[in-house]
Amino acid sequence: MDHVDGVPAAPAAPLDEGTLRALVPRVLAGLVRRGEDFDAAEDALQDALLEALRVWPEHPPRDPRAWLTTVAVRRLVDARRSEAARRRREEAVETQPSPGPAEETDDTLLLLFCCCHPDLPPASQVALTLRAVAGLTTREVADAFFVPEATMAQRISRAKRSLRGQRLDRPGDLAVVLRVLYLVYTTGHAGRVDLAAEAIRLTRQLTLATDEPEARGLLALMLLHHARRAARRDDEGRVVPLDRQDRSRWDAHEVAEGVHVLQQALAEQTDDRPPGRHQVEAAIAALHDDAASAAETDWPQVLAWYDDLVALSPDPARQDPAAVLARAVAVGHVLGPAAGLRETERVHDVLGDRHRWHATRGYLHELAGDLPAAADAYAEAARRATSADERDHLVLEAARARAGRVRPVR
Amino acid sequence: MPRYLLLKHYRGAPEQHRPVPPMDRWAPEDVEAHMTFLRHVADMLRETGEYVDAQALTTAQTWVRYGGPDAAPVTTDGPHPETSDLVAGWYMVDVDSYERALELAAYVSSEPGPGGTPLYEWIDVREVMSGTPADD
Repeated sequence: MDHVDGVPAAPAAPLDEGTLRALVPRVLAGLVRRGEDFDAAEDALQDALLEALRVWPEHPPRDPRAWLTTVAVRRLVDARRSEAARRRREEAVETQPSPGPAEETDDTLLLLFCCCHPDLPPASQVALTLRAVAGLTTREVADAFFVPEATMAQRISRAKRSLRGQRLDRPGDLAVVLRVLYLVYTTGHAGRVDLAAEAIRLTRQLTLATDEPEARGLLALMLLHHARRAARRDDEGRVVPLDRQDRSRWDAHEVAEGVHVLQQALAEQTDDRPPGRHQVEAAIAALHDDAASAAETDWPQVLAWYDDLVALSPDPARQDPAAVLARAVAVGHVLGPAAGLRETERVHDVLGDRHRWHATRGYLHELAGDLPAAADAYAEAARRATSADERDHLVLEAARARAGRVRPVR
Repeated sequence: MPRYLLLKHYRGAPEQHRPVPPMDRWAPEDVEAHMTFLRHVADMLRETGEYVDAQALTTAQTWVRYGGPDAAPVTTDGPHPETSDLVAGWYMVDVDSYERALELAAYVSSEPGPGGTPLYEWIDVREVMSGTPADD
């Protein structure tokens, strides 16, 4: 955790990339607050960042934030090619008061609301958030999503264009912001930048700016999942499922923080305001993280939370299939595999063509000791898998069950 | 340098040189050896500076065409006949020659199958057209 509080180090210290990135939302929000167009201001700041990467190693600035603001404003002014505008803007820079910590957290929120505008498609919300709030370069965002840099540049500029003329100074939709941050988190570790860590950093900043329990719930969820990352793959890079992970490799520090954040969120709940989705998912993750071994998992409690989770959607099989299938696994552990399998049969019409439905049934058949049926289900799941890693994992599960070997659990 | 796609097919290749059951019926060790080899191929191509891309495709296939003015696109999403061609994935390589592309494809085809001995899978080698006209 390099950016525990998202606050940059003392300006005189040599600047690492993380410090530079933490400045981005502050500078950008400052420009937007002063009435600059979001689109133009964001472009100008990108230029300033590239300039900083070039110049700062030789000539570190005394006040990096002021430096970036000045350079970005100069770019904006150049873009307007107006001498009068130049004078007015430069004066504005000089008279700008330095912000306090409260304003800093507001900056993050303001920009998240801009970038996660409900009118934008999800891919654009994510891309814009990574550039304008997380401070990644277009190339880094492109790498993370395996698309050419020019494609990502175009996606970002189209997104910004569609924000033109929108009022960006009002509170936006926090639920959309949370969804976008979760999307950033799940995109994970592709490319040079660890997006999961980036998502945690941004969500942490968000929790400083809002008291909404769901923001804390999301942060807790990310921390409790991120804690397992070292155990999630073996040395060959293969997927290791939860019940086979080496739990000594889980990050106890991150688990503890996740549990703490979750408790804070849950403490704010009342009867007429039950915990939202992220808090419930975090509670489930906490129960798994808390078990010293897979066998010691508190399945009745896990099932109780899955009941709550499923109850949050009017049509869970369509709206939250992952929760419905994970609940079937919990049912299998609490009431027996046959009961779990019955749960999957109830959603066959809706989910029967998904690989996850077959994988869940494979697991439950195996729990029942029916290895041939498990092998068939895993093989069918493998045929329908949409990720190569998952496909490889499922083929192996099928071959193992077919060979009559019991699932190794730790 | 010419580019080639080394395509693997789910269906549509010439008759298997070595008939084998589906992979979920192999010994687990043989499955692991097979997957390890394919990862190694990508690593080796990066090492030799010939790697461009490697992707796997899901088995879902939809044919679609323009439906006409004011009409929805027309789709046929299977099931398609067992004989139809279905690409499973590819390595794209940037190599010195056609001969090198064949050599690499043959190496991919030597991937271990059941019992750890070569699979002799047919690999479909296709040259990617270059963007610039040839000099001659």
